[in-house]
Amino acid sequence: MTIASLIDTPSELTDAASNKTAIVLMTRIRLARNIAGRSFPGWAKPAQREEILAVCRDAVAATSPMKRSLNITVGELSELEKQILVERHLISRELSGAKSGAGVIISKDQAFSVMVNEEDHLRIQVLRSGFQLKKAWNAINELDSALEEHLDYAFTPTLGYLTACPTNLGTAMRASAMMHLPALVISNQMEKVVRAVNQLGMVVRGLFGEGSDASGSIFQISNQTTLGESEAEIIKRLHSVLQSIIEHELNAREKLLEADAAKLFDKIGRAFGILQNSHVLSSGEAMNLLSLIRLGIDLSVFPDASRCVIDRLLIEAQPGHLQHAQKGEFEPGQRDLLRATRLRSEFANFVRPDFTFSTHGKN
Amino acid sequence: MANPLKCDLCAKPATVHLTQIVNNKVHKVDLCESCAQAKGVTDPSGFSLADLLLKASLNPEPSLAGVRCEQCGFTQNDFKKHGRFGCPACYEAFKTLVEPMLDNMHKGTTHTGKIPQCALARKSLYDRLTKLELDLTEAIKSERYEDAARARDEISQVKQSVPSNPKPAR
Ligand SMILES: [Zn+2]
Ligand SMILES: [Zn+2]
Repeated sequence: MTIASLIDTPSELTDAASNKTAIVLMTRIRLARNIAGRSFPGWAKPAQREEILAVCRDAVAATSPMKRSLNITVGELSELEKQILVERHLISRELSGAKSGAGVIISKDQAFSVMVNEEDHLRIQVLRSGFQLKKAWNAINELDSALEEHLDYAFTPTLGYLTACPTNLGTAMRASAMMHLPALVISNQMEKVVRAVNQLGMVVRGLFGEGSDASGSIFQISNQTTLGESEAEIIKRLHSVLQSIIEHELNAREKLLEADAAKLFDKIGRAFGILQNSHVLSSGEAMNLLSLIRLGIDLSVFPDASRCVIDRLLIEAQPGHLQHAQKGEFEPGQRDLLRATRLRSEFANFVRPDFTFSTHGKN
Repeated sequence: MANPLKCDLCAKPATVHLTQIVNNKVHKVDLCESCAQAKGVTDPSGFSLADLLLKASLNPEPSLAGVRCEQCGFTQNDFKKHGRFGCPACYEAFKTLVEPMLDNMHKGTTHTGKIPQCALARKSLYDRLTKLELDLTEAIKSERYEDAARARDEISQVKQSVPSNPKPAR
């Protein structure tokens, strides 16, 4: 598979057919692995990096989920291609900035990606749309075991998988969910949630922007620690934390509707109006507007089928994707014009909001 | 403010302030704009506050002054500088530096998760092979020919069960 055909194929996350849950947009698990007896990428000499890259690329390409995958070095990717892969969560910013001796293998369906010579020799990742921690774990566990048949992983019984950074020792697993939490943001409860979740050993980060006022109200929640607990225990704990965040978000939505439904619907209606008519839209503003439409879908203001359109736009309104669609280089200011044009045309044919059902029946 | 906070990494004025709680301990980090960017604070997939804390608060271990990892040449100053180790063997070389860190950083200090069965089985065979080869050389040197023959037989046995040079193809 080539990078061009990969970019023109919808990603796992923009797949219209997939069955998404309303609040958890995406589940992601990554495992860090290193080859025994070799320097970690940050300390390895260029020739050693090249050697590791070659060995790992071959081993990864031979596994069954990676049949007909994209197998490419970072040096072969243009800046724009890198940006698009970052926006799709298929590579990290760190990898996209790697000078030489780094690469990535991405499965045909873009569900798996394996970065080579990022911070560790291997960063294996699986993405699943919706709330699917167990399925994601089963998938990545299988890929990891297949790789381990051919690669000698650095491992000790006490410290587990050895990683360049001690914060990743043990399972070397980071499991996360991307959550849409607009009601918690609107009712100023995010800070409280972040604190509570931190106390449970989980980390909350804004996906677009920082902290509790992340644009788009999209947050990533993941485990903080990796040593001293099995993968299953970490996943179970994360699962219950996510479950309780979902409950809090649903409660917050109900409270907003009870307290002042008109105010909430006004926000959603205005967002729709701006998306249909604006001519200049920054990335942050676009994310916030799309987030409100997505909330409207959950509240039955728009039909359920529109949710995948919004999820696709959340990715396609990002700078790299916009630039790719328009072919050419653009200044940030021009990008805001492009973004508005793009969203205007998407929303010209969007189903009109219907507030009647929502004002009577509650959720 | 009269006394603005300084960046924990480079001492420029800090504009990004982060708080995280790890194992019920509050950790605070203040960063300047450029360090926040460089550390991927704005990249949700790559950022961990624990990483930053690790570097900002590391105390050198006097007993390890001058110690180098035999495998890769790493020193504890390199660790202080990069916040990362040089190779897997560094964990053994700098054990006394790592162990106290783990307590603050993780839920426990012992791995209880997945074990790479194939890799470990291969490793124990390799280790066995290395030992037998050593036995063989010793036996030949001291003219213990019966022992040498036995070692040679065992070596060929072990070699048969070792998958010759693990290749990616199935
Ligand atoms: Zn700084
Ligand atoms: Zn080392």
